[in-house]
Amino acid sequence: MTSLSPPPRKIWWNETIDRSELIWITVVVIWGIVLTLMMPFWHLYGDQNLSSEAYRSTPSNYMAKAQAVVEQYSVRTEGKMNTPVVKPPVGEDIYLVARLWSWWPIFELEVGKSYRLHIMSMDWQHGFSLQPANINVQVLPGYDMVMTVTPNRTGEHSIVCNEYCGILHHTMVGKIYVVEGETSS
Amino acid sequence: MSDVTYPGASAAGSSTAVASKALYRICADTGLKIDRQAELQMKAHAVAAVVFLLVGGIMGIGVGLTRWPDVHLLDASMFYQVLTAHGINVLIYWIIFFEMAALIFTSSVVLGARWATPRLGWAAFALMISGALLNNYAVLVQGNSSVMMTSYVPMPAGTFFYLGLILFAVGALIICFQFLGTLIIAKSERTYEGSVPLVTFGGLTACIIAIFTIASGAIILVPTLLWNLGLVSNIDAGVYRLIWWAFGHSSQQINVTVHVTIWYAIAAIVFGAKPLSEKVSRFAFLLYIAVLQIASAHHLLVDPGLSSEWRIFNTSYAMYLAVMASMVHGLTVPGSIEAAQRAHGFNSGFFQWLRKAPWGNPVFSGMFISLVGFGVLGGITGVVMGAEQINLIVHNTLYVPGHFHGTVVVGSTLAFMAFSYWLVPLLFRRELVMKKVAAWQPYVFGLGMTGVSLFLMGAGTLGVPRRHWDILFSGAENGYEWSAAALTMMSLNGMSVLLAALGGGMFIAVIVGTVLAGRKVGEDQKMPEIALAEPPSEKSYSGIGVGGVIIPGTLSMLFVFFAVFALYYFINWKYLAETWGLS
Repeated sequence: MTSLSPPPRKIWWNETIDRSELIWITVVVIWGIVLTLMMPFWHLYGDQNLSSEAYRSTPSNYMAKAQAVVEQYSVRTEGKMNTPVVKPPVGEDIYLVARLWSWWPIFELEVGKSYRLHIMSMDWQHGFSLQPANINVQVLPGYDMVMTVTPNRTGEHSIVCNEYCGILHHTMVGKIYVVEGETSS
Repeated sequence: MSDVTYPGASAAGSSTAVASKALYRICADTGLKIDRQAELQMKAHAVAAVVFLLVGGIMGIGVGLTRWPDVHLLDASMFYQVLTAHGINVLIYWIIFFEMAALIFTSSVVLGARWATPRLGWAAFALMISGALLNNYAVLVQGNSSVMMTSYVPMPAGTFFYLGLILFAVGALIICFQFLGTLIIAKSERTYEGSVPLVTFGGLTACIIAIFTIASGAIILVPTLLWNLGLVSNIDAGVYRLIWWAFGHSSQQINVTVHVTIWYAIAAIVFGAKPLSEKVSRFAFLLYIAVLQIASAHHLLVDPGLSSEWRIFNTSYAMYLAVMASMVHGLTVPGSIEAAQRAHGFNSGFFQWLRKAPWGNPVFSGMFISLVGFGVLGGITGVVMGAEQINLIVHNTLYVPGHFHGTVVVGSTLAFMAFSYWLVPLLFRRELVMKKVAAWQPYVFGLGMTGVSLFLMGAGTLGVPRRHWDILFSGAENGYEWSAAALTMMSLNGMSVLLAALGGGMFIAVIVGTVLAGRKVGEDQKMPEIALAEPPSEKSYSGIGVGGVIIPGTLSMLFVFFAVFALYYFINWKYLAETWGLS
């Protein structure tokens, strides 16, 4: 008999399992438990956990909040589109707007300090891909997603869109500057 | 063939009252009892599969050459069109048409039973073909549906895009029910004794998963079509993703289940192998069904608004149960080969059984490369990127296509190709042409696709996005300068694509050549290449192995695999720990 024919013994579920299979099944089950526990472990002891905080919102509502932050904390503008560069106080709620085909505004954050970064799309789905930090999250219309970010490296970071969003998808690149804090030790 | 150990042969002898004999033929080489309608429909599905593989494969060359920075072949509009067409034609149409043939094989042919409601089968086939053509028409001719295979709302596609997918799915669903009907016929007409063979059990698993999958597809695609027609005002982007992936990810579980089933079938065909233990192999198949409803979460790990508890439970399939199932098959499939080889007399040392395997036979070599490639390239990386937090450094990068070229191309596609080298001569009664080319094909295709998988994952690890026309950001106000390593990997990926395309072309040349011009072999003549290997006797299985372990070679290879797995898994946590704090 082979795997193409019925089991020779009708009562096949009583057959003993060979030692090789038992050894491997033991390894596999233990490994499955380790893999499962790593995720809650990282929630307790790791520093990179995506929050589950999110709110229903509308483009006009979200845009109004983003505008307010820009008006309050804008320090200069950059580039052909006069994109505002916003330097918010530490711990502030800041709003990143994703739309066809730009990220708006530019933020200037202090290294080692935390900010509540909101992200939402005004139109289609987008992908927030922060380089070279390599943090990637999905950006949806209608969902204001909040995550507390703590930059750990100074320099210019790029936000590449990594969810396909139409013909000029490849031009959708934004910026975040990370600078030394004025009061940093 | 007088051997009665095969179900077809024994059933043929016991003259069933219901079925007229003219409806069957007994294969001279395998002793299988083949229903003529089942055979015709398998041929139809296999031909359709290969045609869509050809179309989708050509599109894949366009994708690979555009991503090669120095070549950058296509313009943006055509790139997204070709990328969409690549996805639907290889990942949906090639794979699923082939799987329909596999469902007919694992039920009607393996059980030696008549294929249920053959006329309905032709209607289903016609629905699938018209759906596939309509969907392709929207993408390639109308050009209004460059939305990628996932068609995430609210980006709109043409009406025919959704309609085509729905028609195709309805056809596939009908065939799933024909499969179940055939099992009932086989049972009531007593074409076999006791329990169904393991290969049929695997087919049944795939069929059950397929029914769940298609139902999920209907739940999301029907409202999306209505939205497209203006009858529904809004489809929530988050809900769309949740339900679409219940369809999209479960489809991949069908692929895994079918290719594992084919591994077992090939082990039986080439070596006369039997399961080490029916209980273990069948339970592992059952685990695929038990947890498939929650696999959607893999794709939503960095979506807004889902709780961590939900993500952890769902992404781990409760507790990595599906991963455990695949790891168990990873032992039992090569283990069944090792045991059979040892029983055949290749019992010396750890690896004589493997050295003496028929490496020049593409049915075996393709299957074995598929097994190793699926486990190492696809399996390990799938677990790594499916960990809730690690997904943050992977999501939507080229790591994702790198991973699934390991699972559905090196894994499923190569297994299907290997099986074709046996199945096509069997169905068409023609001898394989260009046997040298066929013997090399799994190596060329396997190596090329391994390169594609590895280099895409390498670039993805460095952050390079998937579904992106120009990583040099031409015409953009801002940009990002990728490391030299990332750009080099994209060039190497392009070269690997060409090698894989050569391997794909070799497969199509051999199969099309065989169907059109292979030497005809009469139904009562023999074709020794496709004969089933003589199974070792029960007695010869006793006393095999080394030091009381019957499959020491397989077990030692798996411990090496496990060490690589664990190391790579923890390295990725280390990568994660180096990035910004997130809470």
